[in-house]
Amino acid sequence: MSLTDSIYNEQITYHSKTPRNFKVMDDADMVVKGNNPLCGDSYEFYIKVDENNTIQEITFTGKGCAISKASASMMTKLAKGKKADEIETLFKEFQAMSTGKLDIETQEHHLGNLTVFKGVKDFPVRIKCATLPWHTLNSAMKGKEEASTE
Amino acid sequence: MSQKHLQTKAKSLNSISSKTSILSEQEVLNIRQDFPVLSQSINGNPLVFLDNAASSQMPRQVIERIQKYRETDHANVHRGVHTLSQRATDDYEKAREKVQKFINARHSEEIIWTSGTTNGINLVAASLAGDYIKEGDEIIISEMEHHSNIVSWQIHCVSRGTKLKILPVDDNGELEIEKLDELITERTKLISLIHISNVLGTINPVKEVIAKAHQHNIPVLIDGAQGSAHGPVDVQDLDCDFYVFSGHKIYGPTGIGVLYGKKEWLEKMNPVSGGGDMIQTVSFEGSTWNELPYKFEAGTPNMDGAIGLGAAIDYATNIGMSTISAYEDTLLKAATEAIDEIPGVDILGRAKNKSSIISFTMGDIHPHDVGTILDYEGVAVRAGHHCAQPLMDRYQIPATTRASFAVYNTFEEIEKLAAGIRKVKEIL
Repeated sequence: MSLTDSIYNEQITYHSKTPRNFKVMDDADMVVKGNNPLCGDSYEFYIKVDENNTIQEITFTGKGCAISKASASMMTKLAKGKKADEIETLFKEFQAMSTGKLDIETQEHHLGNLTVFKGVKDFPVRIKCATLPWHTLNSAMKGKEEASTE
Repeated sequence: MSQKHLQTKAKSLNSISSKTSILSEQEVLNIRQDFPVLSQSINGNPLVFLDNAASSQMPRQVIERIQKYRETDHANVHRGVHTLSQRATDDYEKAREKVQKFINARHSEEIIWTSGTTNGINLVAASLAGDYIKEGDEIIISEMEHHSNIVSWQIHCVSRGTKLKILPVDDNGELEIEKLDELITERTKLISLIHISNVLGTINPVKEVIAKAHQHNIPVLIDGAQGSAHGPVDVQDLDCDFYVFSGHKIYGPTGIGVLYGKKEWLEKMNPVSGGGDMIQTVSFEGSTWNELPYKFEAGTPNMDGAIGLGAAIDYATNIGMSTISAYEDTLLKAATEAIDEIPGVDILGRAKNKSSIISFTMGDIHPHDVGTILDYEGVAVRAGHHCAQPLMDRYQIPATTRASFAVYNTFEEIEKLAAGIRKVKEIL
C-alpha cells in the first residue's frame, strides 16, 4: 500500500491543508491545550457546552504535523452535539483503531469517517499524533485542563 | 572480505589520507561493503542512512572485534591473576592508548572511559566543585548547545548556586564570538562549548575561544560528540582542558565514551562515583583514591565498548580522519546544492565553516511528516528538535528535518534524499 492510500490519504491531506473549525472562539466555556513536547505539536481547543454538558461548538488553533492537524479538524466536525461519555467512547475506539486493537471491518464502532485514520496503526511513532486531539478533548470533558500524549 | 584484502585496502587508504585527497567512488563502495547494515531494503527501497549525527553504523571490523573479545578473552579487568583477566586488561588498556593517539593526548591516564558524551559532561559538572567553583561563580555555554551541555550545568547551578551565561548565535548559525568579552568576568570559572553543532553543522572556532579563555585562566570543555567524528582532533593543539565524545558516533558501539582532561585538572578533581577500581585502600575510617585514570572509573567498566571503540578508531584512522572530513565536505556541498534547488525548502545554518550536517525546514510541513515520507522511500533522517530546544526557540521553529552524512554515504544517496523531499511536496 502506498502512503497516499494509508496515512497520507486524500481526506487526511485535505483536512491538514484546509482544517475545519480552525479559529479562536472568544466566548468558549473551556480552552484546553494539547501538547506533544517531543514533536512540538501544540494545539488549543475552544469548547462551548450547554447545560447538559453537550458540546455545542468546538474550534481549535495551533501547530503540528499533518496527521495531528487532520485528526483535530475531523474531530471538531464529529464532536459537535456529543456528551462527555460519547466523547470517551469515540476516544477509546479511535485509540483502539490507531493501535490495531480494533478491527473496523469486523467489530462494532461509532467512528464514521474517522476510519480514514486506520492506516496509522502501521506507523507506531505516528499514533500519538493522531490521538493527541482526542486525548485532549476527552481530558477536557472529564474536567482536566491540559493533555499530553507523552 | 579477506584479511589480505583489508590490509591492502587499509594501506591504499592510508596513502590517500596522507594526501587528504577525496575518496573515489570505488573506495566508498568498498567502505560500504564493510557495513552489513547498509545492504538492506526499507519499504522495498535500498536503505539510505542519513541519521549519522544521532548514531553512525558499525563496520564488520568493529562487530567482529567485539565478538572475538567476547568469545575468547572476556574476564574482569585489573582484578584477576588468571590469563583471561590479563588478556582483557591488555585489550582494554590498549584501547585507551588508541584513544590517546586518536586525539593526541599527552598521557594515556588523561583518557577516562565514560558511557558517552553526556556522561562525560555530567562527570566534569559533578566533580568541579569545592574550592574551585563557589556560589555566584559563572559558567559560559552557547546558544547552540545540545541539552547535555545545558542541563548538566543547570543541575550544577541548582546544587552549587552557580550562574549560567549564554553566548548567542547569529542568523547564519555562527557564534557571536565578539560577545565573549562581555560575558567573561572575574567570576567565570568554565566555558563549555560544542565543537560541531549537531543541528547547524557549524564548526565552531574552538581554538580561538580556548586561547581567549586561557588569557583569563578559564578552563574550557569541548563537547566533541560530532567534532570527533568528522575530522582530526588534536587536544594539545586545541589546548582544551576537557574534551568529551561518544563511541557510537564514530563507527563504534553505544555505551562507551571518553572524557579527556588535562592531568593537572583531573588530579585536582574529586571522584564522582565510588566503588571498585577507583580506590587504593578502603577502611571504615576512610578510603584513598586510585591514581588516574582509575579514580574516575568506579565499578566493572564497559570492556566490550572500550575494545569496540578502539577498533572503530583503527577503522576510521585507517581511512584517515582528514580524508573522511574532505570526502564529507564534498557530500555536504552536493547535498546543499541539491536541497537549495528545491523551492520551499530552507536550510538552517549557513556557517562558512560547516560539517556534513544539514537541517532544513519546509514551510508549514512538519518535520515528522517529512521523516515519515522519506522513510517510506528508504531514506532515514532525524526529525525533531535534536535535543536543542533553546536553539529551535532562537530560530522560532518547533523542529527541523536533519540529514547527516558519514563516510559511507554516496552522491547517489543525496539524489534519493532530494527525490524524497520532492515527494514530500507532492503529497503534502
